[in-house]
Amino acid sequence: MTCSELAELVTAYLDGALDERSETLLVVHLDGCPACRTLLDQHQQTVRLLAPAASEPSPVSAPACRDALLAAFRDSSR
Amino acid sequence: MARDVPLPPDDELVERLRGGDEAAFGLVLDLWSPSMLRLARSFVSTNATAEEVVQETWLAVVRGLARFEGRASLKTWVFRILVNTARTRGAKESRTLPFSSLLPEDEGPTVDPSRFRPSDDPHPGHWNPGQQPQPWMLPEDAALKSEVRAVLAEALGALPDRHRIVVTLRDIDGHSSDEVCELLDISPGNQRVILHRARAAVRARLETYFATATATTATSTAAASTAAASTAAQRRGAP
Ligand SMILES: [Zn+2]
Repeated sequence: MTCSELAELVTAYLDGALDERSETLLVVHLDGCPACRTLLDQHQQTVRLLAPAASEPSPVSAPACRDALLAAFRDSSR
Repeated sequence: MARDVPLPPDDELVERLRGGDEAAFGLVLDLWSPSMLRLARSFVSTNATAEEVVQETWLAVVRGLARFEGRASLKTWVFRILVNTARTRGAKESRTLPFSSLLPEDEGPTVDPSRFRPSDDPHPGHWNPGQQPQPWMLPEDAALKSEVRAVLAEALGALPDRHRIVVTLRDIDGHSSDEVCELLDISPGNQRVILHRARAAVRARLETYFATATATTATSTAAASTAAASTAAQRRGAP
């Protein structure tokens, strides 16, 4: 396996979706290639950096809209 | 912050919602709406329409709670309604996002081929010296962290809609691969191809950012140590 081939298999590897043979080749390559280990690290860091974006505020929690939805919920539960 | 409030397990949550527990409804409303809005926004053309899609979805959830069978998680069920509602609205705007097959935007290498050695090299396909990925110095400083968030937002904004949708569901909202396939009617293989391209594009943008940021930090550190040296020299009475 070359570095350029490995670069396209990173996501499948992280998802545990590679077949046994490809996974072995990839792990052996990583073992001998610091640059590809860095690339893999960067993919994992990218995922970790993306996660907190979920807590960013959104305008949909505007009180008027929220109240209307709560009212709809109340009505449906009667 | 709503995100920090833990949700009860699904069966308890559904029970409470069916029993008319308004606090429980408020909780999922606050917890899931931001993700739903972000997702809806990739299917329709304006923020206002995306907000309508989210409201419409919640109304459909309220009406449909009695019919929820618990085959998927409640969250996946709600998001599935959102995707269907958003797709219907998108179709009215002639925006259709096909997930059933791959498109040209899903193909091609994700790392610039010129960074690898050519086929006539003794080690073809291996990193060129000087083109290897360099470890990132992740910021601890709040200002730099917000800079990174801005880079991420820009990188996500630049992605094709389908790519943004998949990476948002997986990496920002934390849905599993199976859930994303179920939500979008996409095969596991195609889902992975799109996720890979999206992540690789964001990684590449971060790589450029960190390369520049590291260069800047190195320069300012050098400047600071020069200044410190000259201050020390002045204290010693040197010119
Ligand atoms: Zn390598």
